[in-house]
Amino acid sequence: MNKSWWKILAVALLGYSVVAGLLFDVPRLSIVNETIRGLYFHVPMWFGMVFMFLASTYYAIQYLRKQDSLCDTVSISFASVGLVFGLLGIVTGMIWANYTWGSPWHGDPKQNGAAIALLVYFAYFILRGSVTNQEQKARLSAVYNIFAFTAMIPLIFIIPRMTSSMHPGSGGNPGFNMYDLDSRMRMVFYPAVLGWILMGAWIATVLIRIQVVKEKIEDIEDEQTR
Amino acid sequence: MIYKLFLKELTLELRRKSVFSGLALYLFSTVFIYYLTFSLRQNLISPLVWSALFWVTILFSAVSTIAKSFIGEKKGQEIYLYSLVSPEAIIFSKLIYNFLLCSILSFLGFALFILFISNPVGSNWVFLLTVLLVSWGFSASLTLLSGIAAKANNSNVLMTVLSFPIVISILLLAIKITKNCIDGLESSTSFDELISLLAINFLVTAVSYLLFPYIWRS
Repeated sequence: MNKSWWKILAVALLGYSVVAGLLFDVPRLSIVNETIRGLYFHVPMWFGMVFMFLASTYYAIQYLRKQDSLCDTVSISFASVGLVFGLLGIVTGMIWANYTWGSPWHGDPKQNGAAIALLVYFAYFILRGSVTNQEQKARLSAVYNIFAFTAMIPLIFIIPRMTSSMHPGSGGNPGFNMYDLDSRMRMVFYPAVLGWILMGAWIATVLIRIQVVKEKIEDIEDEQTR
Repeated sequence: MIYKLFLKELTLELRRKSVFSGLALYLFSTVFIYYLTFSLRQNLISPLVWSALFWVTILFSAVSTIAKSFIGEKKGQEIYLYSLVSPEAIIFSKLIYNFLLCSILSFLGFALFILFISNPVGSNWVFLLTVLLVSWGFSASLTLLSGIAAKANNSNVLMTVLSFPIVISILLLAIKITKNCIDGLESSTSFDELISLLAINFLVTAVSYLLFPYIWRS
């Protein structure tokens, strides 16, 4: 926890990506125009979300293997941060879509996939809310987390690539393509992705620590009332 | 062991016929309501609406069928089974049984749709194969979820909430294949989707098999 270099790195990368993302030169493309800067803020949300959910699933597996309640806390913290990233990704995407596609919601396969991914994790939190036994709650939600993540893999990574989409990289749309991203944009995009992932991990660690402290306080109160 | 458990499920079902006949009636009522509500104007149901209605009906009847597989069980019975057999045998027997139930219901639904609404797909073996594969996918994913939901409060609502996001990828592929069938495309065009459907089924079955012991233990 004392090694804070990566937190400093996260702040530096994000500061750089905000300044550079708004000020640096970007390629001129028809339709997209200046909204291309949305790439620096919209796409990293998805990278962040996928990494957070991946971490959440990893700790769910660890929980089932070790039955350690700390793993459960870690898993749920990553899931909540991932959910926030997903919501931000949907909102930024809707703002961007409003300018380039003409309306916020277009029924694009990737948009739908993202919405379903969020539904999965909303269901995850509802499941947690409706089980009272602490140990059973942890175990059932870990099982659901793993199951839902595996079922999401085809939805997010395979089906959008099979159907045509208005997102770049499939369907031949006007606009940039991930594979010919201008090299100047790369210089801002990749730091932004890394910065947001680190920031997400940081928020998650804070959530974990809050939860651990809360549990300790509850334990102490239990002992005092006895 | 799996076979014996499967027989147990089947005998129980045949002994109290109310569950299956209830589901059949549920399916019949749904299709009949479609018929009555849509028949205000002729030809209102275009082939694409047909496929959407069909799959949504199958989804809902599958959810309410399979939700019963664990919710209905008594506490003592579970403990008794737990001491006797391995969790893998239980999940596989339930899975096979649910697959059987689900495919019977789907084909029944298909027959009712042909009778009351129309049959835009014709007798297409790709479509029939899809119905079978989807029944397998539904039973594989929903059996595990009903195990989870049975442990929680308000399990019926939870079952629906938990299952929708998970079965959507199966449903989307099924609708795509149905569209190909309705358009009268050659069977080779749906080959990719059939393979992905099969892959998703294997994935979901494998994960259910791996995860079920953890639910069963609690």
